[in-house]
Amino acid sequence: MKSKKRIYFFSAMVLVISFLFITMGLNANNWSYALSRRLPKLLAILLTGGSIAFSSVIFQTITNNRILTPSVLGLDSLYLFIQTGAVFIFGSNTVARIGNNGNFLITVIVMIAFSFLLFQLLFKREGNTVFFLLLVGMVLGTFFQSLSSFMQMLIDPNEFMVVQNKMFASFNNVNTSILWISCIGVIGAMLYTFQNRKTLDVLSLGRENAINLGVEYDKVVQRMLIVVAILVSISTALVGPITFLGLLVVNLAREFLDTYQHRYLLIGSTLISFIALVGGQLMAERVMNFSTPISVIINFIGGLYFIYLLLKESKL
Amino acid sequence: MKKRYLVTALIILSLLSILIGVQDLSLQGLFFLQEDQVQLLLLSRLPRLISIIVAGMGMSISGLIMQQITQNKFVSPTTAATIDSAKLGILVSLILFSNASPLVKMLISFVFALLGTFLFMGILKKVKLQNTILIPLLGIMLGNIIDSITTFFSYKYDLIQNISSWLQGNFSMVIKGRYELLYISIPLLALAFFYANQFTLAGMGEDFSVNLGLNYNKVVTIGISIVALITALVVITVGRIPFLGLIIPNLVTMYQGDHLKKNIPSTALLGAVFLLFCDILGRVIIFPYEISIGLIVGVLGSFIFLYMLMRRGTR
Repeated sequence: MKSKKRIYFFSAMVLVISFLFITMGLNANNWSYALSRRLPKLLAILLTGGSIAFSSVIFQTITNNRILTPSVLGLDSLYLFIQTGAVFIFGSNTVARIGNNGNFLITVIVMIAFSFLLFQLLFKREGNTVFFLLLVGMVLGTFFQSLSSFMQMLIDPNEFMVVQNKMFASFNNVNTSILWISCIGVIGAMLYTFQNRKTLDVLSLGRENAINLGVEYDKVVQRMLIVVAILVSISTALVGPITFLGLLVVNLAREFLDTYQHRYLLIGSTLISFIALVGGQLMAERVMNFSTPISVIINFIGGLYFIYLLLKESKL
Repeated sequence: MKKRYLVTALIILSLLSILIGVQDLSLQGLFFLQEDQVQLLLLSRLPRLISIIVAGMGMSISGLIMQQITQNKFVSPTTAATIDSAKLGILVSLILFSNASPLVKMLISFVFALLGTFLFMGILKKVKLQNTILIPLLGIMLGNIIDSITTFFSYKYDLIQNISSWLQGNFSMVIKGRYELLYISIPLLALAFFYANQFTLAGMGEDFSVNLGLNYNKVVTIGISIVALITALVVITVGRIPFLGLIIPNLVTMYQGDHLKKNIPSTALLGAVFLLFCDILGRVIIFPYEISIGLIVGVLGSFIFLYMLMRRGTR
């Protein structure tokens, strides 16, 4: 019951904070322009928040490991590699000419294709475990990362600024036309996951137990990993590397809700990630005047809060 | 058995590493103590060799210990908030002491790393550890907090590219007067070996190890401090090098099981041989120029480790 109450509380908080985000500083003269900017931004935040929360919960359940986020699969590094590589090879002018839409589509396609290839390669053979998949993902991630940091060292500082903007998640330049495409993908994947919430509960008991209880383990894991890949690819291509958020929100949800049921975990971490993102964006805009990336604010406050929670808990 | 090959490889590669370089260095010259040759050896080649071996061994052993203590194969030695504190130190030295010599900057950053580690240990002591997973989790969170402070200021002062290139693994800057900090990590390595059996026990969980008569908290504290200090020293002097802390310990345990004392030598050797090999390759490919070690390790290591993983995976 405790979990349910807390979820209602979080929902109320999300509503209040979103309301603030939309209406702050509105007046009769600016409302139509401000709304046309803020509504898409809010939609983008909700989309990314939801997909990060879902993908991280699924991923931690599959791997049975609370410190992992899907970034272990190397998708973040691939994203940065694509962005840096494009600037490095074609120059920032050409990249700007392709525009956000083109960039988004190309990035999403490459990232999803990459993960499918990876999964195909690994699940084709019997007996490959998830542990093995993670190691391979980590190796590939490092591969992309070292190539991109090498390129970042070589390009001149002006070009680096273009890359640097891609290195931090940002909601300030989200394109409306992309949003609708991403909406379909993200919501579809989320619905599919939520339908399978009970299977996920069983999965969190570990591989052997899940098989004993009649779950087709390999098949389910493979499907869930595809869902994770889709969610992460879309949200990363939309706003930039954002998987760091997953670690924070999922662990906060676990501390708060104290449950293993995915019904609560999925919803709870989604709500918390909404709060973190909308609140963070609000602070980045109003308090910091856009002078710092949103990840800085979220990591700082969220991290402090997490440590506070642990300290408080151990005092009891 | 396998260790013997690794030792041989290490000796041969070390000799090669000393002899290869833009300036000619010959064994004959060294043997007859020609002055310029000895100078070259002492000023540049030897420091480089030592730092590579220490870095390779240190990082991979730290990874192994960290993974053993936390019983989690994905905890890299950099998760104890140390690197992020060191990074903050670099930022501070770049902003406030921009004229100081590199060694002073490194010292400042090392002091920060120490403070960060103490802070981490302090919080760890306060938090009741029901679960070893909380150790790395807490480390990551604290690291994120410190990193966000660093990012905030480096964003403001446009220092992000500067700091990330400082942390990019690089041995070409290692000459006399720039690497001596690394020597501190040698006694730490010995200490790690000395405590190896106790780390193995600690990895079995608090209850079990206390039953066996182990002072669990003390051992965990010692282990994490050793790991944190070694990684800080390596990262500050030579920069971040991929793979050493995560993949190498995992490969070794994949082949040899979880007995720490048995694994430490092979892990250390594999780390050193791998790093040395990559360094030599990086110096030879576009001779007389150099390719940064981070790139070579990242690319070559990916292929080697993928191959090893795949081969192991089919069995």
